[in-house]
Amino acid sequence: MEKLAPAKDRLVKSKQNWVDGELRGKILVLLCAVIMITATISITIFLGTKGLQSFIKNGVSLIEFITSTKWNPTNQANPEYGVLPFIFGSFAVTFLAAIIAAPLGIGGAIFMTEIAPSWGRKILQPVIELLVGIPSVVYGFIGLTVLVPFIREHVGGLGFSLLSGMIVLSIMILPTITTIATDAISSLPKSLREGSYALGATRWQTIRKVLIPAALPSLLTAIVLGMARAFGEALAVQMVIGNVRNLPTSILDASATLTTIITLNMGHTTYGSVENNTLWSMGLILLVMSFAFILLIRYLSSRRKL
Amino acid sequence: MKSSKKLGLPTVFAALMVFTAACGGETSSDKTEGKDNTKTEEKQELSGSLSISGSSAMQPLVAAAAEEFMAENPNVDVQVQAGGSGTGLSQVSEGSVQIGNSDVFAEEKEGIPADELVDHKVAVVGMTAAVNPKVGIKDIKKEDLIKVFTGKITNWKELGGADQKIVLVNRPDSSGTRAVFNKFALDGATPAEGITEDSSNTVKKIINETDGAIGYLAFSYFTDDTVTPLAIDGVEPTEENVQSGTFPVWAYEHSYTKGEADGLAKTFLDYMMSDDIQNNLLKEQGYLPVTKMEVERDAEGKQTDK
Repeated sequence: MEKLAPAKDRLVKSKQNWVDGELRGKILVLLCAVIMITATISITIFLGTKGLQSFIKNGVSLIEFITSTKWNPTNQANPEYGVLPFIFGSFAVTFLAAIIAAPLGIGGAIFMTEIAPSWGRKILQPVIELLVGIPSVVYGFIGLTVLVPFIREHVGGLGFSLLSGMIVLSIMILPTITTIATDAISSLPKSLREGSYALGATRWQTIRKVLIPAALPSLLTAIVLGMARAFGEALAVQMVIGNVRNLPTSILDASATLTTIITLNMGHTTYGSVENNTLWSMGLILLVMSFAFILLIRYLSSRRKL
Repeated sequence: MKSSKKLGLPTVFAALMVFTAACGGETSSDKTEGKDNTKTEEKQELSGSLSISGSSAMQPLVAAAAEEFMAENPNVDVQVQAGGSGTGLSQVSEGSVQIGNSDVFAEEKEGIPADELVDHKVAVVGMTAAVNPKVGIKDIKKEDLIKVFTGKITNWKELGGADQKIVLVNRPDSSGTRAVFNKFALDGATPAEGITEDSSNTVKKIINETDGAIGYLAFSYFTDDTVTPLAIDGVEPTEENVQSGTFPVWAYEHSYTKGEADGLAKTFLDYMMSDDIQNNLLKEQGYLPVTKMEVERDAEGKQTDK
């Protein structure tokens, strides 16, 4: 049996413990924060310096880089570095994917929270979680094997197209949009619904006129987050989009995005060459865009009224 | 016991910090390390480790050779990574790997100190244009091939084939396969835009599935009749024709070392050149033995009899 220590000792000791635990916890959490912040800042600085190399060291004109449609970096005599088609491609697939995924995602969220909160949620929730778990390479492979031949035979074109990229991406960003939209709608205060019903509104009127407007900033945040994911996705898109460096003229044209050009060429180019540096510049554009997306999300969140 | 438990988490973080710090200094420390390894380990009993990186096309070949090499020398550890020719050349010239594999001459890549690197040609790969079997063409004149790839001929019926639109399947700008094909099959012409894919298997799949498709593949991919290899100017794409120098589209697979190969790197490269590997393993992997070539070629592409 342990001998009971005098009360004085115990109290002193427990105070010691308290200080120990408190200090240790504080240092630990601070360390986590510092590591995260350092990582982000160093990636930004690194990408910034690397990405600017092609303009500073190699003398590629920034204006040409983002406005020219001609990409021909391996031409010895007259290399051209215009990434406009890729920027366009990135935006095109992102917005097209959002146009499909946003209504689906928000619709699913309304179904889960308002129409069938018990069984609907029980089925839809695991389905969506499953979608998150599928690796992007698998999406790409399914797209390449199923979607591309299907579009080639039934819609037209080569199958490798903006359309394929858009469909694959919309499925990939669906879980992001649905999950955040579900949280947004279910966190709305119950009084809103009850008030609306008390005024004699039907369920659909309540959803359309009360719940959606009230949750709108959060719903927009959900869409923008989904778009940010679509913008940065490389592997799945690369497998179905065809990677053509011309500006697409229709939704059935093959196209390319910033990310697919980077992944296709990164391994083949040597460090420090113009080609490699222009790839870093494309990475920098992606980073700038993701900052823009974050700013947009913050702006939307600040408008949230509830 | 209790105190060690408490220490657990902070220790993990401390280790993480040390790890990140160590990673930061990678380039400078690895340089010396790599060299020391190879020098001290040249003893009777081979031991030590060898790191190889570069061309993803060569990775299966070198990895298979490394496996056999390690089976014969159980104390040796050979790591073979694939990252692309550019990565291999960059890493070997900065000293972070001992051998860098490449599909192209180091002279052809920008930003590589080619005079510091020593070339070891370990294999030869032959490649040719491949078409969808329904196109109905088995032989093509070089000038027609150039017209097909530059977009001057757009339908196969102009060349006596089926009435199908020509669909080009290209490789990324920086790809070694593309460089070789452009140089020796297209006489340096720049191909028109088409679907761009990096992996040979994907290219083969697309050619097989798309009516009127044409792309280019290494001989090792012509194992079945899903795609039709084309003879150029009546010369069949065979091993014998490449060895005698009559079929023009082939390239060396290079293993570069920084300075003359020594120690383990030299032993391994000698092993790659041994009759056993050259005559058996190379054939299994779809390459041609470099030892049997009757012609040779320099970095400018000039071909001379041996």
